[in-house]
Amino acid sequence: MNSDCIVIQGSNMAEAHPVGFQWVMEAKRRGATVIHVDPRFTRTSAVADLHVPIRAGTDIALLGGLIRHVIETGTYFEDYMRSYTNAPMLVGEDFRDTEDLDGVFSGYDPETGSYDVLSWQYEGAEVEASAGFRDERTMVQEHEHAEIAGSGGAPFSGTPSRDDTLQHPRCVFQVLRRHYARYTPETVEQVCGIDQDTFHRLAEALTSNSGRERTAAFCYAVGWTHHTVGVQYIRAASILQSLLGNIGRPGGGILALRGHASIQGSTDIPTLFDLLPGYIPMPHAHQDQDLDTFIEFNAGNKGFWGHMDTYLVSLLKAWFGDAATADNDFCFDHLPRLTGNHSSFPTVMAQARGEVPGYFVIGENPAVGTANSKQQRLGLANLEWLVVRDLNMIETATFWKDGPEIETGELRTEDIGTEVFFLPAANHTEKDGTFTNTQRLLQWHHKAVEPPGDCRSDLWFYYELGKRLKARLADSTDPSDRPLQDLTWDYPVEIGPTGIAEPSAEAVLREINGTDADGDALSSYLEMKADGTTSGGCWIYTGVYADEVNQSARRRPGGEQDLLALEWGWAWPMNRRVLYNRASADPEGRPWSERKKLIWWDGERWTGPDVPDFPVNLSPDHRPEREDAGAESIAGDEPFVMQSDGRAWLYAPAGLLDGPMPAHYEPQESPVPNVLYPKHRANPAREEFARPENPYNPPGDHFPYVFTTFRVTEHHTAGGMSRWTPHLNELFPEMFLEVSPELAAERGLVNNDWAHVVTTRSAVEGRVVVTERAKPLRVADGSGGTRVIHQIGVPWHWGPNGLATGDAANELLSVALDPNVHIMETKAATCDIRPGRRPRGPDLVAFLADRRRAAGLEE
Amino acid sequence: MREWVQSWPVRRQLSGRDPLGRGAAARSAGTDRKTARTSTADGVTKSICPFCAVGCGQNIYTENGRVTHVEGDPDSPISRGRLCPKGSSTLSLVTSPLRPTTVRYRRPHGTEWEDLDLDTALDMITDRVLETRRRTWEDVDDQGRHLHRTLGIASLGGATLDNEENYLMKKLYTAMGAVQVENQARI
Repeated sequence: MNSDCIVIQGSNMAEAHPVGFQWVMEAKRRGATVIHVDPRFTRTSAVADLHVPIRAGTDIALLGGLIRHVIETGTYFEDYMRSYTNAPMLVGEDFRDTEDLDGVFSGYDPETGSYDVLSWQYEGAEVEASAGFRDERTMVQEHEHAEIAGSGGAPFSGTPSRDDTLQHPRCVFQVLRRHYARYTPETVEQVCGIDQDTFHRLAEALTSNSGRERTAAFCYAVGWTHHTVGVQYIRAASILQSLLGNIGRPGGGILALRGHASIQGSTDIPTLFDLLPGYIPMPHAHQDQDLDTFIEFNAGNKGFWGHMDTYLVSLLKAWFGDAATADNDFCFDHLPRLTGNHSSFPTVMAQARGEVPGYFVIGENPAVGTANSKQQRLGLANLEWLVVRDLNMIETATFWKDGPEIETGELRTEDIGTEVFFLPAANHTEKDGTFTNTQRLLQWHHKAVEPPGDCRSDLWFYYELGKRLKARLADSTDPSDRPLQDLTWDYPVEIGPTGIAEPSAEAVLREINGTDADGDALSSYLEMKADGTTSGGCWIYTGVYADEVNQSARRRPGGEQDLLALEWGWAWPMNRRVLYNRASADPEGRPWSERKKLIWWDGERWTGPDVPDFPVNLSPDHRPEREDAGAESIAGDEPFVMQSDGRAWLYAPAGLLDGPMPAHYEPQESPVPNVLYPKHRANPAREEFARPENPYNPPGDHFPYVFTTFRVTEHHTAGGMSRWTPHLNELFPEMFLEVSPELAAERGLVNNDWAHVVTTRSAVEGRVVVTERAKPLRVADGSGGTRVIHQIGVPWHWGPNGLATGDAANELLSVALDPNVHIMETKAATCDIRPGRRPRGPDLVAFLADRRRAAGLEE
Repeated sequence: MREWVQSWPVRRQLSGRDPLGRGAAARSAGTDRKTARTSTADGVTKSICPFCAVGCGQNIYTENGRVTHVEGDPDSPISRGRLCPKGSSTLSLVTSPLRPTTVRYRRPHGTEWEDLDLDTALDMITDRVLETRRRTWEDVDDQGRHLHRTLGIASLGGATLDNEENYLMKKLYTAMGAVQVENQARI
């Protein structure tokens, strides 16, 4: 609402986040320019000032073009950039860019398809990497699969060399300038299919609305993250926004529009393999690693990651209570150890090989909801036991009875040995608890009614399971059972009117918040100690139960508050609404401008309408005496308090596995070569999986088109919550495929008739929607000419179960992952499209085998 | 009889002030008997929409222990009373007649669902966890490094769960030694 320009890219905000979109429209009403960059023209584009059609999977080329434009035209916010970014830092002499090495950075090993990242460091300082990353580098050197965990910047020691004039050829600013020198408007046109006039209109809107007086924001969703270079998409936006001075200021930022009620919460308190609560990394297997060496390896020296010891010890105290003492490293060895990539896709492949007997699927529907759904079902079919907890009878619970492989004859029900427990779940009106929304805001929802029949909350289920496990192991002398025996599991229980003994969600939230030596609720993570006198289950959530009050349940009406509404719910950390908001003031602590003021130094303390994201009494002229004392090592003019140099990074000297700066690579499957780096079509460090059910479409004429998946307003994700309700299914009753009139003519597709999209994995049918909203783009063909690219829009809400059924788009996709976060590419892949319905039953298997043979993949 | 004729909507439409039949003329005794679900509710509970991550406020209206209506919460500074089509469908989500409310069990190689008591299901799952964990336990690797884990039990879920639920999941799995604990947030 405070923005002067909003670029929505990789998101169809008006349709996927309609109620949040009202604030974009409020900003527009107040004069903001709204721009939508997207392959599809949608209702977001319809109300934008400018729609920029883009070839799916080429956003880094566009963002790189904008970075180049900002540098070459000098339209960066110079004072902000010099003071608050790492533009002046010198990169070490060993670093080589993609420009020097034909498309890879220094340190690339073609045998392992991975980088040794050591040569990317600053000169004069050993930047060891982000929290958790130092461990990773060790793992890389051991040639094991590298995992990145933790958040924030890289811990580092020493003082990096700097050139504040920004002239040194190895200073970050000059390195960045050279890296993007070839990302010209002409290149953008050739790669993305965006004409130069449109590019200049976008660049002009962005730069004229950034600086001291004005701010611009980027909004993205999984249109950016679901790529083999997804993390680098976000990095590219970070570089651009840091150059333009749009971070930590009202109306600025890079806003992730997340898709599920508590997906932010399930990252903060992760059910993710590589993280403990609060982005503390899970420990890796090392010889003789104890708590101290783990902390030494993973904590930062400077900034708030410097206190990781207090967060981790408090977590161990919350989990293992009195059993956790200084003498036993607070039960640090109770934590299981990682030895590689234990993320979802490798786990499912291990299931398919019969290596993982047991599986819990909780509020998820991978049988239609995950890329290459067939692979997911092959995993399910090779389990010993499966527990599914859901509101509806989803495909993941019924794959053995009526899944697609039963229809094709590839699997027989009688042959599937998986034992399936379906436990009906309680919905949000039937339980207390918090969701964390996309703005990091925790909001409490109160229980309104009792769940019917056997329906129970997941809180009840896990509490009961834990109780039974502990009871059964109470007398065990096996050391492997000690963690369960020591686990604190005493939650107060309330017996409801129907006799359900529900554990108290408030008691769990209070444990997450943490308590002090007297058992009183902590009010800030700054109160946490490493001596075992405090406990707390997730340090970034400390404060949500401050003063023994459930702060997440606060509901002072918005109309009685200012726009930040600090008394509605509670945002982590410490109820701050704008992260890094110290950057809204200049180095001396004065607002950059009256129009964009948020936090400033009043002579004694930081003040303003938001909660300062900075030590509140640290004056702008403070200079630390030591570089290794956590928060005390922060200088008064370093706003990026989670980074070890206090600065926003235009160049990442550590923390990433596929390059210190984003470079344009084509998707795993692309109809054209990479015109910027012809020797490397796709991200050289991406993760590929050679398995029979996961073939990749080869380049060439067999799969000449691009498809991208998308959502409609009336359905939610793979339909687990929306395919069983009458209104939504009347509004959107069936699967459809969006094509341009040009493609319809080329392939003989008729509006409202059937067509099927084909990849090497599967064929999926839907009704044809011929629309001018789908626009062919002309791009470079890699051999000096140009060619037209047709893009097909494929919604992904359907599956075989529910009121309105249809093919699942995920059948079409392969599994190829971003190496940093193991997220798959769903937003750009190649395909063919044909009129008519797809073959059914065994004919489908034969048809796909034919197509693979024709493409040269099978004999 | 006269009353009946006078109450005939066409007569009222032609003779009254509502010639288009859009207001008073279209009213009937049935109309007059109708009341808003919100006015007869015996409780209103503050809640949050369970679909996307915008976090719109919801007011849950209940009567006799059942949800009767779900409406946007005008107090919310995020949503200001609005809900999208999905949020507006919450009532049919939470009161769906298609919703399964009993445990269903499929034995290995079975061709049909069977009934199972909830308590028995919990005991059976506890058995499976303990047995699998014991069978697949890794104390150290071949280099003698401390592992203290099982790769035999995996979990996936859930971005629509409460933080408190995710917390108990991570806590219990970690103590159990399970590391393949994953979430929609990655996929």
